Amino acid sequence: MAESDKRKTSIRDEARSARWENIARGLYRFRSNRLSMIGLLMLIFILLVAIFAPIIAPYPEDAAGKTRVMERLQPPSEDFVFGTDKIGRDIFSRVVMGTGLALQVGTIIILLATTIGVTIGAIAGYAGGWIDDILMRITDIFLTVPALVLAIAISAALGKGIINAMIGISLVWWPGFARLTRSLVLSLREEPFVEAAFGIGAGHMRIIFRHILPNAVSPIIIKMTTDFGFAVLTAAALGFIGLGAQPPTPEWGAMINDGRRYFPDEWWIATFPGLAIWLMVFSWNLIGDGLRDVLDPRARR
Amino acid sequence: MNLRFYLLRRIALIVPTLIGLSILTFSIARLVPGDPVGLAAGPQATEEIKEALRREFGLDQPLPVQYINYMSGLFRGDWGQSLYTRRDVLPDLRTFWPATLELTTIAVIIATLLGVPAGVISAMYRNRLPDHIARILSLFFVSFPAFWLAMIFQTWFGRDLGMFPINKRLPVLVAPPPTTTGLFLIDSLIQLDFETFFISLKHIFIPSLVLSFSAFASITRITRASMVEALEKDFVRMERAIGIPYRIIIFKYVLRNAFIATITVISLNFGWLMAGAILIETIFDWPGLGLYAVHASLSLDFQPIMGIAFLYGVVFSLINILTDMVYGILDPRIRYG
Repeated sequence: MAESDKRKTSIRDEARSARWENIARGLYRFRSNRLSMIGLLMLIFILLVAIFAPIIAPYPEDAAGKTRVMERLQPPSEDFVFGTDKIGRDIFSRVVMGTGLALQVGTIIILLATTIGVTIGAIAGYAGGWIDDILMRITDIFLTVPALVLAIAISAALGKGIINAMIGISLVWWPGFARLTRSLVLSLREEPFVEAAFGIGAGHMRIIFRHILPNAVSPIIIKMTTDFGFAVLTAAALGFIGLGAQPPTPEWGAMINDGRRYFPDEWWIATFPGLAIWLMVFSWNLIGDGLRDVLDPRARR
Repeated sequence: MNLRFYLLRRIALIVPTLIGLSILTFSIARLVPGDPVGLAAGPQATEEIKEALRREFGLDQPLPVQYINYMSGLFRGDWGQSLYTRRDVLPDLRTFWPATLELTTIAVIIATLLGVPAGVISAMYRNRLPDHIARILSLFFVSFPAFWLAMIFQTWFGRDLGMFPINKRLPVLVAPPPTTTGLFLIDSLIQLDFETFFISLKHIFIPSLVLSFSAFASITRITRASMVEALEKDFVRMERAIGIPYRIIIFKYVLRNAFIATITVISLNFGWLMAGAILIETIFDWPGLGLYAVHASLSLDFQPIMGIAFLYGVVFSLINILTDMVYGILDPRIRYG
């Protein structure tokens, strides 16, 4: 009894140490990719800005729509580094205060889309047969229309606002995750360890969540990272159209829309929020690019 | 014969998808909290006026009946009416669609002309400086919000340098060419009207260039990856061994092999860019589907939104079929059946 217990733990330890070794090797490869490290540093910078926004922003109350009519449309100066907008709010403070919002928007969209997509994809791939057919036909319907068009339609229907925009975008974002997860599950389902788990009487849920999905995590994480930037971009696009965040929310896309009328004479109103979006998206794209190299051996050549 | 059968089958297969799509657009438009009729009728409208509007648009009937009406309308070519302009949706789409198609097509061409060579160079100089530069540049440009970059480019090239027109498809004083396709570039060529051709080319260049940036990265990446894969094939080693110049191997044999995956990504990008055009058009005052879509969505005018989503679905499905046809041209081993 004691003997077999010991063996059990030692096998477990071996499996765990193998997994750790993989992670360590991956981390090493990620660290040696200079571009991704730059992306990671940029993201850490963005995170710090988001956390300390109320301290960094000289006029945090401007995010809520405080007006300073005497100082409207001021060009960048010592007092207002990024200038002021049409009602005298400090652009720098609003860009800084909007950082956390952009991160939240991206996180929520990606988490919602991943949850829906992975669930549907895993069920379709594992069950097969008519369940697979039906779920994949539904996925295809969503994929026939470019995501942005459907997102515009859904968020318009739900009503203007940042929450509805996030719901709209998540509802069109999941099919990619569903397709990916299904293809992963389809091949993992045939692996001997799944058969073994089934053989010793593991339930379907246990097999899916304990045996199949943990092995499908890497590609899903790559997709989450690369999609994050584009989710932020899409949310900004909706804000720019006027469907997303409503004033006075310091959402970057809406701020660009705000500055559009004053462009190019008062160029600073739209320019700085645009650069902020770019920085955010670029950092995620760099990280995603590096992760793809680490986790997908086919891409690393 | 075989090909025609295959085509017919593919076209028949998109019908269920489109029916599904019509259910989706219908549900989006009908099961929503907003009150489009109230919005369209204006704040002063009495209940009777709203009721009359509802009856006129068939909104007083039970949902399944409404859906049947909507779907049979789709097939008969009656795509509903705008609540605001009272114009029929389908003729409107027909008017605006060529402008978007033209913009998107030129953008895809630019993205291909930039992306494929960048991918080829990346693959030839794998993990060396040109490869890194191409990778950084494509990630750099794809990260810009296109609508923002559009504003910047419009100002730089249009206002400051004066090299390109600021907006619209043609200047006010230039009459558009007689409509054959609705694509100004092609229509003017048909008329052998080279002046109009070049004027509209100048108008379309900056908007489509901005639009193409979002496709640049994915086209470069897939070209590089499939080139690298193809370069490791045995036939390449054999060709090098018998002394065929590297350039000829790359451009004549490897590129053709690598192009199949690239074509897939290009065709996917066509659909995405068509959606991205919505944002670009609002900046350049481009009279396409985008302006129409933005206006309709901001005013909860659902028939046009449903129409646009449906049109995009049809076009996207047709592009997919077209892509499969191109595979056959590139790779004679592919048989349809």
